[in-house]
Amino acid sequence: MTPYLLAAPLIAFMIAFYVLPVVAMLMRSVSDPSWTLQHYAALPDDVVFLKTFANTFYTSLIVTLASLLLGYPVALALVRAPRWALVILVLIMLPFWTSVLVRSYAWMVLLGRHGLFNEALIAAGMIDRPLRILNTPLATQIAMSHILLPYMILPIANALRQIDPSLLRAASGLGSPPWRTFLQVTLPLSMPGVAAGVLLVFVLALGFYITPAMVGGPREITISMLIAQRVDQLDWAYAATLSAVLLATALAIIGAFYRLPGVGNAFRMNAR
Amino acid sequence: MIGTRILPATVVGLILLFLAFPILVVIVVSFSSATYLTFPPPAFGLKWYDAYFSSADWLRPTWLSLWVAGAVVVMATLLGTLAALGIARLPRAARVVAAGLVLSPLIVPGIVVAIGIYYAFARYGLVGSPVGLIIAHTCLAVPFVVTSVSASLAGIDPRLEQAALSLGATPRGTFFQVTLPLIRPGVLVGALFAFITSFDELIVALFISGSGAVTLPRRMWDDLRFQIDPTIAAVSTLTIVLTVALMWGAHLLRKRAERQVTKEA
Repeated sequence: MTPYLLAAPLIAFMIAFYVLPVVAMLMRSVSDPSWTLQHYAALPDDVVFLKTFANTFYTSLIVTLASLLLGYPVALALVRAPRWALVILVLIMLPFWTSVLVRSYAWMVLLGRHGLFNEALIAAGMIDRPLRILNTPLATQIAMSHILLPYMILPIANALRQIDPSLLRAASGLGSPPWRTFLQVTLPLSMPGVAAGVLLVFVLALGFYITPAMVGGPREITISMLIAQRVDQLDWAYAATLSAVLLATALAIIGAFYRLPGVGNAFRMNAR
Repeated sequence: MIGTRILPATVVGLILLFLAFPILVVIVVSFSSATYLTFPPPAFGLKWYDAYFSSADWLRPTWLSLWVAGAVVVMATLLGTLAALGIARLPRAARVVAAGLVLSPLIVPGIVVAIGIYYAFARYGLVGSPVGLIIAHTCLAVPFVVTSVSASLAGIDPRLEQAALSLGATPRGTFFQVTLPLIRPGVLVGALFAFITSFDELIVALFISGSGAVTLPRRMWDDLRFQIDPTIAAVSTLTIVLTVALMWGAHLLRKRAERQVTKEA
């Protein structure tokens, strides 16, 4: 009986202040004004929803790809260059431990009209007038890739660390050039880490709100931003419907890939 | 041979620069003497720290965030540690359900949690009050305590507890003299994570802090809507220093605990 008693206070607390609130809110999608599925039925013809949903998926896809391309080499260096491991780890963790708000602000400083990036390009004589980067989809993609990159690096590094070094020695001993050892030994064996990183980054990216709201374009909004807008207009039925769709999408993606090796662990250990 | 090493090293160096540079720029800008945002700063000074420390509009949210986070640490650590102890001993099916519920805030999109809490808390009269923030942030912080304590528990050799019991210790005595000291690093790491989770939290605060309980991230957000003057860079630098110091502490604690476990094994 004791294990149940120990877990009960927290479970009760979370049901009262987290599960029931979220469920009550989601119920508005089927109970407003009376029991109905009309809010879901209207979605396939809802241009704003379709555009926003497509944009959110597209942004998440770009961010996931960028994080994978940028994250894999860093993970490899972290594991294969032990002398530099501490420096690399500090450079990864410094942004990782900084809040999303501060990191998004940093990109406002860098990408603004008179930001560092524009000033540097003008000083170098490469452009005459500042480029418009802040408040465009590109700014969202850059800032989100920056924020989510550690979520890609850490699971991949984990997988790389578990590769038996004697396999690599065997490959090179048998005359395989480094690039072939990488393609035929390292890369396939690191796939569980890649799968975990890709899934984690993609699902987290789907729910992003603060960063696109701060640095993104006014027209290319994400699902989370659309939900917040509708709550501000007190349109709870619509906000709840979109929330249900966003939540179901995230859970469906996780559910579909949860059984892949490495994926479950990444979600358990992953944090901010 | 040299070429095959320098090219990858340069690529990795550039990516690491991409990771760290934005944070470093914020820190440098915060020491600027200019009255507007410019980089590199024309000269250095503590002007923006002065602006921050002499403004009640900034200090009030800072104190609120600090004490809300402190209260969240107490609640989340207590509830989370007890729950981790219980969950570890539940039968498998119950354990999966309980762990799924407790860890779900890590996966459920922030906006969904935030507006759900806003929707219900408006009815309970918890909008615009620090109590509402403490309750909401506790739900978000608890997963970190539970994962951290559970990891410590999983590392304990069950024979240590069995030995204590067979040598005549009461279950109570065994818990306080054997189990608790062994999971202490995990509890402390969880507490640090809980503090930072609350201190940095913005999405829930946007909806439920109202005008009566404005936290530091909320204050920064409001300010950024109108200007991006270097005061925010100073505030950001202070929060970076605070969180990095706490996380580094958590990192060291965890390393030490891991070393202890491997020594015992």
